[in-house]
Amino acid sequence: MSGISSARGDLRIDHVSKSYGDFTAVNDLSLTIPEGSFFALLGPSGCGKTTTLRMVAGLEEPTKGTISLGNTDITFTKPYQRPINTVFQNYALFPHLTIFENIAFGLRRRGIKDVKEQVEKALDLVELSHLSSRKPTQLSGGQQQRIALARAIVNRPALLLLDEPLGALDLKLRRQMQIELKWIQKEVGLTFVHVTHDQEEAMTMADTIAVMNEGEIEQLGSPADLYDNPKTAFVANFLGQSNLIKGTITGNDGDNHVVELFGQKISLAKNRSHAVDNSILAGIRPEKFRISRLATPTSGNILSGGKIEDVSYIGVSTQYQVLMPWGQELMVFEQNDDGVAPFNVGEDVNISWEAGFTFALRGDEDAEAGTEVNPEEIIEDDE
Amino acid sequence: MMSKSGISNPRTPYLLLLPGIAFLFTFFIWPIANLAQTSTQTPIAGGDTGEYEQTLRWANYLDAFLENKEQFGRSFLYAAIATVAALAIAYPLAYAIAFKAGKYKNVLLVLVVAPFFTSFLLRTIAWKQILGEQGVVVPFLRDLHIIAPSTTLTSSAFAVVAGMTYNFLPFMTLPLYASIDRIDPRTLEASGDLYANGITTFRKVTLPLSMPGVVAGTLLTFIPAAGDYVNAAILGSPQTKMIGNVIESRFFKIVDYPTAAALSFTLMAAILVLVSVYIRKAGTEELV
Repeated sequence: MSGISSARGDLRIDHVSKSYGDFTAVNDLSLTIPEGSFFALLGPSGCGKTTTLRMVAGLEEPTKGTISLGNTDITFTKPYQRPINTVFQNYALFPHLTIFENIAFGLRRRGIKDVKEQVEKALDLVELSHLSSRKPTQLSGGQQQRIALARAIVNRPALLLLDEPLGALDLKLRRQMQIELKWIQKEVGLTFVHVTHDQEEAMTMADTIAVMNEGEIEQLGSPADLYDNPKTAFVANFLGQSNLIKGTITGNDGDNHVVELFGQKISLAKNRSHAVDNSILAGIRPEKFRISRLATPTSGNILSGGKIEDVSYIGVSTQYQVLMPWGQELMVFEQNDDGVAPFNVGEDVNISWEAGFTFALRGDEDAEAGTEVNPEEIIEDDE
Repeated sequence: MMSKSGISNPRTPYLLLLPGIAFLFTFFIWPIANLAQTSTQTPIAGGDTGEYEQTLRWANYLDAFLENKEQFGRSFLYAAIATVAALAIAYPLAYAIAFKAGKYKNVLLVLVVAPFFTSFLLRTIAWKQILGEQGVVVPFLRDLHIIAPSTTLTSSAFAVVAGMTYNFLPFMTLPLYASIDRIDPRTLEASGDLYANGITTFRKVTLPLSMPGVVAGTLLTFIPAAGDYVNAAILGSPQTKMIGNVIESRFFKIVDYPTAAALSFTLMAAILVLVSVYIRKAGTEELV
């Protein structure tokens, strides 16, 4: 069949907005997704990530802006004319067709007569060749998920969109599929755009993650970038957990700022600060902290005067809540690898960490942003 | 103590079936047997009109059929046209209610069923008015020169088929709606995503997925339409007589019970054969 765009190349989303009446789902979004990459759009429910994906698929039209693939503007191209395929959240397999015909559907619509070899290859890729004559309802959730993937991949699209593809699977299967998806993406070399609210899923699979919040991109970068050097409190809290402490930059020491946190001085690398003035939120990930009893000497940044409030032993690590003199509870994850007995509730302790791990956000940010999102609530839809 | 739960008593299911079986026996099996018995009777020699005796004359069937093949043919033709017309009207309607009606879904469904609040007979008589000389349809079509000034619509095959189409439309719409409403709209999106345009999506996804509704709807329309006599009696003429009208007049006017009974059985058998061929062809093993 004719009319399918043969465009290839990077996906460019250029100042795209989408409004439904008064509600702006996506606000002036610009994004380039390089060809061949595994890209994740990560954010909580209602952040606009699914709307963005649907606009790329052609299932929604942007209110403003353009979407292009390589040099071809596809903003208003019909879905069936785009060289883009989607793995839907609930898989959306055709219940009246066999697995073979489900996978052959896209090939047949493009007028390909001899589909057998390609369909079998795709089935091989997802290791379900033996199910080709079954109907979708006879398959388990995990198997349906793989068939949905095979049905999209068999078309060799310029872009493969995955809308919360693992949302309906149980945890163990989800982990396994994450690794498999990543492997398949490498194997077939297609551009994958993956929408998810699960930060672990995004970090496991994607080369690049765009964290979205309220219709805008908060930060874009590699998983390690986003985790180690978040730019906003939302990113710091949505990806993993963070301790954010109010502070003031009081001086400079070479490449470092001297920062005062409630009267105690610490050091912060200048290039890890996203603050705009002297008022900052100093951020430290819980696993970067070390706890020591008062007498034990420590190096690096030190905050003293802590008191252990709560201890949770969870096998590989022990999680502590440490109450600081200014009333804030800090979270500390200690690996259980040193044979040292855990600290007890009520012990007086110091907290220390490598100065290089400190990051800093603007002081006027809401330190709680992004913490109240419960991913378990968002199994269904984004909008 | 345990037996109080009822689950342990193996006779309970049969006891529960009893009222239904009694009803079916009294109002279905017994009359049918009676009818079968009547169908091979012959008039008592020298007896009164309406007096028959059992002589096992199977030729009654052949006679009855040969005498009325024209009406048989007409019944199935009219029923088929009415079924196709009802399908053509009901499919877009059911599709729109299922996918496009939004919050008006229930209101529209009530409107589909609303004609049932009035008697079948009254509705059919109303069609006489609609298609009559004083109605809106005839002058309108005449003004547009679609029908000649001398043509009337009442007492015509058109009126009979139109009446049947109208009367059986809800029986077509409701099963269609039920099966279209069950289609996950995301499978339609997936079809578009996999290079199928609107028409192809309809042919390859929507229509096959709604086949149970199509089959159920056409059966619920065709079967009663083939045996119907009200529409032909009220809206038709002697030239549009259907087999239902023949049976009716044999029973109640001519009191020729054996012929009427033989015709009834022939009609049942014919419908049964047609329907089984149709179901096999339509290939709906998943018919709900």
